[in-house]
Amino acid sequence: MFGGIDPALLIAALIVASVPIILAAIGELVVERAGVLNLGVEGMMIMGAVCGFITAVSTGSAFLGFVGGALGGAVLSLVFGVLTQFLLANQVATGLALTLFGLGLSSLIGQSYVGIKPPLTDAVPLGPFADIPFFGRVLFSHDWVVYLSVASVAAVWWVLRATRMGLILRAVGESHDAAHALGYKVRRIRMLAILFGGAMAGLGGAYISLVRVPQWTDGITAGAGWIALAIVVFASWRPWRALVGAYLFGGITVLQLNLQAAGSRIPVEYLSSAPYLITILVLVIMSSGRGKAALNAPASLGQNFHASR
Amino acid sequence: MKRRTLLATAALGLGLAFGGAANAQGMDKVKACFVYVGPIGDLGWTYQHHQGALELVETYGDKVEIAWQENVPEGADAERVLTQMALSGCNIIFTTSFGFMDATNTVAGKFPDIKFEHATGYKRDHANVSTYNARFYEGRAIQGHIAGKMTKTNKIGYIASFPIPEVIMGINSYFLHARKVNPDVELSVVWAFTWFDPAKEADAAKALIDQGVDVIASHTDSTAPLAEAAKTNGAVIGFGQASDMADYKPSPRVSSIIDNWAPYYVKRVGELLDGTYAQTDSWAGIPEGEVEIGEITDAVPADVKAEAEAMRDAIAAGTYHPFTGPINKQDGTPWLAEGQVAPDGDLLGMTFFIEGITGDIPQ
Amino acid sequence: MVRLEKRPSPSAFWQWATPILAVLLTMVAGGIMFALLGKDPIAAMRTIFWDPLFNAQFASYSRPQLLVKAGPLILIAIGLSLGFRAGIWNIGAEGQYIMGAIAGAAVGLYFFPAENRLIFPLMVVAGALGGWAWAMIPAILKTRFNTNEILVSLLLVYVAQNILASMAVGAMRNPDGGGFPGSRNLSQYPSAANLELIPGTGMHWGVIAAFMAVIAAYILLQRHILGFQIKLAGQAPRAARFAGVNPTRLVVLCMGISGALAGLAGLFEVAGPAGQISIDFNVGYGFTAIIVAFLGRLNPIGILLAGLLMALTYIGGELAQFMLGLPAAAIQAFQGMLLFFLLAVDLLTNYRVRLGAKREVA
Repeated sequence: MFGGIDPALLIAALIVASVPIILAAIGELVVERAGVLNLGVEGMMIMGAVCGFITAVSTGSAFLGFVGGALGGAVLSLVFGVLTQFLLANQVATGLALTLFGLGLSSLIGQSYVGIKPPLTDAVPLGPFADIPFFGRVLFSHDWVVYLSVASVAAVWWVLRATRMGLILRAVGESHDAAHALGYKVRRIRMLAILFGGAMAGLGGAYISLVRVPQWTDGITAGAGWIALAIVVFASWRPWRALVGAYLFGGITVLQLNLQAAGSRIPVEYLSSAPYLITILVLVIMSSGRGKAALNAPASLGQNFHASR
Repeated sequence: MKRRTLLATAALGLGLAFGGAANAQGMDKVKACFVYVGPIGDLGWTYQHHQGALELVETYGDKVEIAWQENVPEGADAERVLTQMALSGCNIIFTTSFGFMDATNTVAGKFPDIKFEHATGYKRDHANVSTYNARFYEGRAIQGHIAGKMTKTNKIGYIASFPIPEVIMGINSYFLHARKVNPDVELSVVWAFTWFDPAKEADAAKALIDQGVDVIASHTDSTAPLAEAAKTNGAVIGFGQASDMADYKPSPRVSSIIDNWAPYYVKRVGELLDGTYAQTDSWAGIPEGEVEIGEITDAVPADVKAEAEAMRDAIAAGTYHPFTGPINKQDGTPWLAEGQVAPDGDLLGMTFFIEGITGDIPQ
Repeated sequence: MVRLEKRPSPSAFWQWATPILAVLLTMVAGGIMFALLGKDPIAAMRTIFWDPLFNAQFASYSRPQLLVKAGPLILIAIGLSLGFRAGIWNIGAEGQYIMGAIAGAAVGLYFFPAENRLIFPLMVVAGALGGWAWAMIPAILKTRFNTNEILVSLLLVYVAQNILASMAVGAMRNPDGGGFPGSRNLSQYPSAANLELIPGTGMHWGVIAAFMAVIAAYILLQRHILGFQIKLAGQAPRAARFAGVNPTRLVVLCMGISGALAGLAGLFEVAGPAGQISIDFNVGYGFTAIIVAFLGRLNPIGILLAGLLMALTYIGGELAQFMLGLPAAAIQAFQGMLLFFLLAVDLLTNYRVRLGAKREVA
């Protein structure tokens, strides 16, 4: 069934394909661990995609492009933050409105950038490592953003688990009233988390417009933000599981295209639904097993905080 | 198929009788309106239609006013947009996606004085509805020729959108002409099930490349497959789709199919202005300039380029039809006999692969 | 220092005044955006908010169209609001909408070309069942395996879209359509068509169903024990359990109702305004309805008004596009702004804004 598919190439491809989703998902994971549900990931990603693209084209530097992308996503998330944290607007509705707004605004500001080629982002020269059979292709032939995506997962994992900052963040997400009573600035912490989430979504978007596709067109993210949201839930709000989830999803997507290209006899209509169905199936298996309690969302997720005292 | 042609002919007759007479005096000023399925910034399908619309103003100046609406969903919304356009005083309305077919005919029935032009459809229920389409398969034939000559791995690929006749026709034409010059060539088709999803298109191109494919044609609208091919440093080539995609010259983009709707739009609005407008069912291609072959770059050897250009000129002169028998269907049953040219009806309703293509059309 | 003070109960004045204030603020902000794009802001506002209702040229047509556009939004949003009140997150109404349309259309196409009065009612039942069944997947996975319903319902949207595409080019393709994708046009098949009931009003069965859903939801929430349980489960889940609310039953009920209503919306759309199963049949009603539900503060009457307002911006936005040449993207951004302002000023309903330092309460 897998005849003709080179596993090294497949794994290398899935690692690259998953980068935008990992970046956006790990950002949203931090936001949600702080008790905020921002459904506007798609809007922030596409703002990142367009801002990153414009920055890269006008400065000629792909690196600055990524910085611009992160900024673009963060600025849009600021709108969400002000609305939900200061004006206590409903988070679900604000997030969805953010997506609508982001899709429109990105298309407006990107109008004159359609059809331009951005500067290239090259693979990191890892010298002899890249020549190691199999692992060289799989692990040591990527651009720096790929490594950044994995590093950000590790960093978020470490911060949440082992630092005071992570403890406070989780406390705010589990019970904002208790955290407030302990003297933590709930609103400030949540704002920072939201900005981080926006920046990461922006980075993910910029990866699409600068590396994956590389070009700017309207609607370029084509739903990647929604998948990132699903991956956060899939991961039960745990960083490494988000990585696994994104690789699983990206892997099946790449595999189904490879199976088609290799002339597999499995009907395409089943193949194209496979990434979604298998993700659901894996989550069902995971959630029906042991450790059910650990799967629950942060207790204050989606609730607004207003300090009455 | 027969019934449809018959109906079309009858409707055409009516159109000539009434529509023609009513318009004989011509008009001083025409408001031409366009309904687009995507954003004009998609650099593909909708972008090209909009270029054609802009050409109207270029050609006729003050005598033409254009208005348009982007991102119109197919279905209920289309009917409302069309009605509002009709109410706003448009004289001729171009609906530029297949999915607008029923809405176009419904609204046309309510506004008999307004001309409706529907792209890529087949229904002309009223005398004021015309249809137009382009013979993209003619361009695919030239791409197939280049692909068959250029492939070193003997594996060529096609990123397909949806299994509809328009797409199947293109795949068949591409493969037919590749096989003609290279009997060892094999075709891999990847169905993306989307018209536009750059990331997925890039993944599909990557999957094909990983499978050893070194020439990729695509029927989806973004430049993502070309960008993916560009990462291989010239090992893999591809073609521009819908627009020229000149940024990827000279390689991986070695040529392109350009949808050029301008000649048709200019002709139709001109006819409305001078009073010669009549209902039609237009299916134009390379000869009329509606399908253009973008420059074949130097990445293609001179002899191959010359052959490709000769084929283009033969199609333009009407001396060569890309689907000329003998051609068998995938299961080996004969489709076209020696020297027989494919009837348009067969092409428009094409739901089968030709002999030699492996894999099934999704159902 | 600006400070917020929670009102003991929502302000009746601001409940009505906030939407108007939000629209005014949007006009100012949107006007600035349109002016930056080089368009006359006053003309733009008039085209978006006034012309669909009162313009002599269009209004007789576009006013009824408001109902056509708002109908499915309201119908879906009512269903979703019940679950949202109970803390059950069905994000996948879009998928249930698709499956309802497919199931309903399948019944109609099966009987084609027979004419019988019972066909349409049967399609309605099938549409509701289709949406209901699709919503039962996340509901059952949630109750049996504790699988998160946000993820399952969202991912099933994509699966439904794949099924839709496969139906449009495969099983349901119009045999007389010359191989083109898309089913027969149900609105041209009398027994299956969901047509305007009174010409020129835009009222079709889907709009009537939406109004009925508004009334039913209102009664349910005000008068019925289930409405009480839903509200309790959302506000105080632990108390709800003590009060004997069965969470499994509530999940199955809320998901089922929202799925069935979304399925109905899909059926009425496919048999009426859209007419056929096609690859791009769904246009995002399922997602927009989530916004409508929250704009309406999860209240049936509020949802009715929010649905109409959204419909107005869609139709007015369309007019502005081709009358004034505004890009579609600007309209999208404008809608986003309107939502932001609506959500932001809602604050005034529940809180007082105080200036200056806090008074010590004795």
